[in-house]
Amino acid sequence: MKTVNQKAWFLVLPVLLLVGFSAVIPLMTVVNYSVQDTFGNNVFYWVGLEWFEEILHSERMHNALGRQVIFTTIIMLIEIPLGIFISLHMPQKGVWASVCLVLIALPLLIPWNVVGTIWQIFGRIDIGLLGYSLNALGIDYNYVQNATAAWITIVIMDVWHWTSLVVLLCYAGLQSIPDAYYQAAKIDQASRWNVFRYIELPKMMGVLLIASLLRFMDSFMIYTEPFVLTGGGPGNVTTFLSIDLVKMAIGQFDLGPAAAFSLIYFLTILLISWVFYTIMTNIDKREGI
Amino acid sequence: MAKITLSNLAHSYLPNPQKDADYALKKLNHVWEDGAAYALLGPSGCGKSTLLNIISGLLTPSEGQIFFNEQDVTHADTADRNIAQVFQFPVVYDTMTVKQNLAFPLKNRGVDAQYIEARVNEIAQMIGMQDVLNNKAQGLTADAKQKISLGRGMVREDVNAILFDEPLTVIDPHMKWELRTQLKALHQQLEHTMIYVTHDQTEALTFADKVVVMYDGKVVQIGTPKQLFEQPEHTFVGYFIGSPGMNLLPAKIEGSIALINGTAIELGADYNNPTGKVEIGVRPEFCSFSDDGSGLMVKINRVEDVGRHKIVRTQFAGINLNIIAPSSARIPADTCHVKFDLAAINVYVDGWRIEAQQTKHEAAL
Repeated sequence: MKTVNQKAWFLVLPVLLLVGFSAVIPLMTVVNYSVQDTFGNNVFYWVGLEWFEEILHSERMHNALGRQVIFTTIIMLIEIPLGIFISLHMPQKGVWASVCLVLIALPLLIPWNVVGTIWQIFGRIDIGLLGYSLNALGIDYNYVQNATAAWITIVIMDVWHWTSLVVLLCYAGLQSIPDAYYQAAKIDQASRWNVFRYIELPKMMGVLLIASLLRFMDSFMIYTEPFVLTGGGPGNVTTFLSIDLVKMAIGQFDLGPAAAFSLIYFLTILLISWVFYTIMTNIDKREGI
Repeated sequence: MAKITLSNLAHSYLPNPQKDADYALKKLNHVWEDGAAYALLGPSGCGKSTLLNIISGLLTPSEGQIFFNEQDVTHADTADRNIAQVFQFPVVYDTMTVKQNLAFPLKNRGVDAQYIEARVNEIAQMIGMQDVLNNKAQGLTADAKQKISLGRGMVREDVNAILFDEPLTVIDPHMKWELRTQLKALHQQLEHTMIYVTHDQTEALTFADKVVVMYDGKVVQIGTPKQLFEQPEHTFVGYFIGSPGMNLLPAKIEGSIALINGTAIELGADYNNPTGKVEIGVRPEFCSFSDDGSGLMVKINRVEDVGRHKIVRTQFAGINLNIIAPSSARIPADTCHVKFDLAAINVYVDGWRIEAQQTKHEAAL
């Protein structure tokens, strides 16, 4: 019989402590707020799951969630195919490959609120190059007043900001395909589409899964850029979940409902990510049989 | 099917090759006869794969031309050359089934579905994969994947040539032998021109009618396995083919006598007085112990019994000399005399074999 040494658990202790202080305890304070109410003076009393019920039935939350889902769907439908397309057309080696990589990576290096500011100014109708030019061409564009214009601007901003990530991941995936595959495809007289469909796409599946997951999570939590650009307006048309949450927690100081909102928000992202990941890895596995 | 002619072909991976050393493939003229099975043999990095890729059109040569029959295909596309090629490492289309993989080259050429079905089954039988035809290719072992690659290479019947680039590297030894035999049988049945690149001499000698030996970007000899064994044109061939390779002894030659470190040896033919780096080469198979005290006196270092015969490792004046003796032979202790079979002695000047009664090797291949 083998002796089992349990002492190794002590080695895990520092990590447990760190995670406890950095994640579990802060989360628990949120949980704490979500089940209590206060009228000030630091006096709290127990309300149970009332806040959760309120949030789950609140039209405001439903609308924000709806906008969020539409936004995430739109940007993923644009960014993933566009990223694949760009990565396929980038030079594979030489000086231009490096130049392209640097240029592509640039948007990722810009702080998020700066991205918002760039587009905020770019789109202004009085001094912004884009806004002024469009209006000079007779196109009625004003993201401050027009909902459609605001949405288009935010979507373009996100595509500009994040397609690079998809491009870089896909590019890495493409680079790892050995030359022999392309040579064999030539010998087999495969068409360009077939090369993509049967060689490049299958080899990119792994990185595409990561890219999709990252883009889903990030876009579902988006806050800074639309906050700087439109502040959630005009009206509420670009108020996504995070913006709504901040309005509720800090603007109105409704700590209870905001805490419940936070937890529902967090669990939603966790759930969708998990479902997403499971489906993708299952597709992968099924193809492996 | 076609006769493939290489005319003044050379290739360099550098943009402006100047020196000889800049060329991965040095100037080459050769005709691959229609329907023959060739092995392209040489050590890693000698230009074998470069030559193969030029023939299949994956690479455009920097100099010279290639003809398929009489047609110049130097700049023709791989697809237009109608060539099949199998690579060193398995290339399969992961998301397709085995069947779809095998059918892919035919499907891309718009072949009739009924024919594809029949042909794929035939090939599957040949590579022993009829049971897994409907499985995805992704989950298979490297062995099985390489068999699919081989199958894809053979599925088209009308190809001009089938090129194999060390196709059995990843296959385990038992399967290797079986597949090689199948390829050989297939060649006899279909009579495609086949070129088989390898660095394994056994593979080359068993597969091919003619073996092309390459060394340092040059073709050093083209011949039947017998010719390579008996009359290696270059010391490299002598050394590379054979196990162990040919014995090479630096010598000074005067007429029909060779002086090896002071000891005179009869050559059996007149070689005049060649100058340059002169060596005599004798295969271990043609060395034997002499009882009468003639020949070279060698010191025995080690005896390896490999079953069918014994390999005796000896030294003569610091030069290694291997002898293959019958397994029943009694090996003398310590020192003994070694004699050579006269007909099996080859003389080399600066690496190239010279004929008797001839001072310089004229035709540098």
